[in-house]
Amino acid sequence: MNPVLTIQNLILRRGGITVLDISELTVEEGRILALIGPNGAGKSTLLLTMAGLLKPDQGKLYYKGSPVDTNARRAHMRRSVSVVFQEPLLINTSVYNNIALGLKFRHFSKDEIKKNVDAALDYFGISSLAKRSAKTLSGGEARRVSLARAFALKPELILMDEAFSSLDPPTREALIDDLRHILKETEITAVLALHDREETLRLAQDVVVMAEGKIIQSGTTSQIFSHPESEFVANFVGTETILAGVVETNKEGHLEISINGKIIEAVGNFSAGDKIYCCLRPEIITVSPVTPGISSARNVLEAKVLKIVRQAYLYKVFLDCGFPLVAYITIPSCDDLGMCEHSFVAVSFKATAVHLMKRNK
Amino acid sequence: MELIVQGIIKAFELLISFDPEVMGITWLSLKISGTATFISLFIGVSTGTIVALTNFPGKKLVISLINTGMGLPPVVVGLFVTILIWRNGPLGFLDILYTPYAMIIAQAIIATPIVMGISLAAIQNLPPNLRLQILSLGASRLQMVWILVKESKLPLLAAVMAGFGGVISEVGASIMVGGNIKGYSRVLTTATVMETGKGNFDVAIALGIILLLLAFLVNLFLTQVQQRQQQR
Repeated sequence: MNPVLTIQNLILRRGGITVLDISELTVEEGRILALIGPNGAGKSTLLLTMAGLLKPDQGKLYYKGSPVDTNARRAHMRRSVSVVFQEPLLINTSVYNNIALGLKFRHFSKDEIKKNVDAALDYFGISSLAKRSAKTLSGGEARRVSLARAFALKPELILMDEAFSSLDPPTREALIDDLRHILKETEITAVLALHDREETLRLAQDVVVMAEGKIIQSGTTSQIFSHPESEFVANFVGTETILAGVVETNKEGHLEISINGKIIEAVGNFSAGDKIYCCLRPEIITVSPVTPGISSARNVLEAKVLKIVRQAYLYKVFLDCGFPLVAYITIPSCDDLGMCEHSFVAVSFKATAVHLMKRNK
Repeated sequence: MELIVQGIIKAFELLISFDPEVMGITWLSLKISGTATFISLFIGVSTGTIVALTNFPGKKLVISLINTGMGLPPVVVGLFVTILIWRNGPLGFLDILYTPYAMIIAQAIIATPIVMGISLAAIQNLPPNLRLQILSLGASRLQMVWILVKESKLPLLAAVMAGFGGVISEVGASIMVGGNIKGYSRVLTTATVMETGKGNFDVAIALGIILLLLAFLVNLFLTQVQQRQQQR
């Protein structure tokens, strides 16, 4: 695969404070990369730097192999890239003119402008809004127009900064679905700054986790979500249970790990005595009645229900099985189990589903 | 009360009869204040936009100075313009003291900070990422600035109204640099002052009403334009 954008040893300071410190980052052609991290992690700043809208203090930015190191080259790169900001930022004219704006700046012919605008309107299902004033649009409609404006340019790279924030759930759902479909169909390389795990899982193929202007971990989406390399990343990607433990034995990769005096089994390359973190994602935990059923899982433990919290379509259950554990169960399952606070259940999880990380403290 | 009624009647008489002197004064007021507002619009909008869009040391001080300038006392402006264009002053060679040109200069100096301050606030009030969004669409810096100015149309029209309102009604500077010469540099405000001084209250009231009417008509026109933009 060819890299579209490469960053090397990039440092950006603002008011004497380093806000970005990226040693290396590559965006591969045709891939969808998500930048995730807490507020203030530097996602938006990195996107603006990638777009050539902010000038780094140090380091190099390459666009399709060529360095972007002068104002002229930055301006040139900007014409191959589209940016969608957190707010729709439409100007006070019709929807059609808003979408055509970038095409006019990029000197497209009148016929091309009409063709591209019509196609973009059609892509995002907003053809009926073409003549409407941008000021009269709802939040969801405005967001679609801003996305259509970006796609109408037929960019080689599209950069989106939390494009779904502050939308109501149905509007957001529909927009994510449409965007996923459009990105797949157009095969445009995309970098999306996101703060929602679900959005990341639905849209991205690669993920970069950021904090305090630095990259903490990068990899494919499944690598990041299943094999976080630090407690921070594990927490951020929704690993609800992170337990400090010590490896008791290692028999050909099958580990026995002591957590608060309880032993669980896992698979990994650690030696006896190693201090580790055991990460248990809530979706790998099976909850069943205490009377034992048939389970192929190596870890079956009795647990006391501490708290049950209703989520959208699930219950989040906080358990105590000698160590704290969080699981999700469906609403019918909860009813079937007759689960309530202070009741007892059996929990099980496979040894291979436990993700282990080295612990330094 | 009778005096006011007489004044109103006199104003209607002067208006209906198209009194040549009053018409001349009104037309000159409009020309001088209109030209001064146009000049202030050009300087004020461009400088206000530059200050709003650039970061430089002392920017806050510059903004404070502009805001202070919005309340510039006309007599102080009149004084300094007089000193500048006085026969022996640095710009004395222009020989424009007691001419409508001097009045235009003084009024433009009064209106410019008003237009500049409102323009600056209008541009700063736009979403901070709008200029980055426009640049990212492929606009040049000049195209970006033009779009931002167009996006600020409503407050900029308010700036025009404030600037025009400020100069059409000022008297101190006009009388100092224009001299209130009959048929040459006499405008509505200076004529009103003179007629009041002479005790011709009915004429003074009539001129005052014409001045108010003129300010109202100009602002009515600008408000119509502004509200049409708002509805789009």
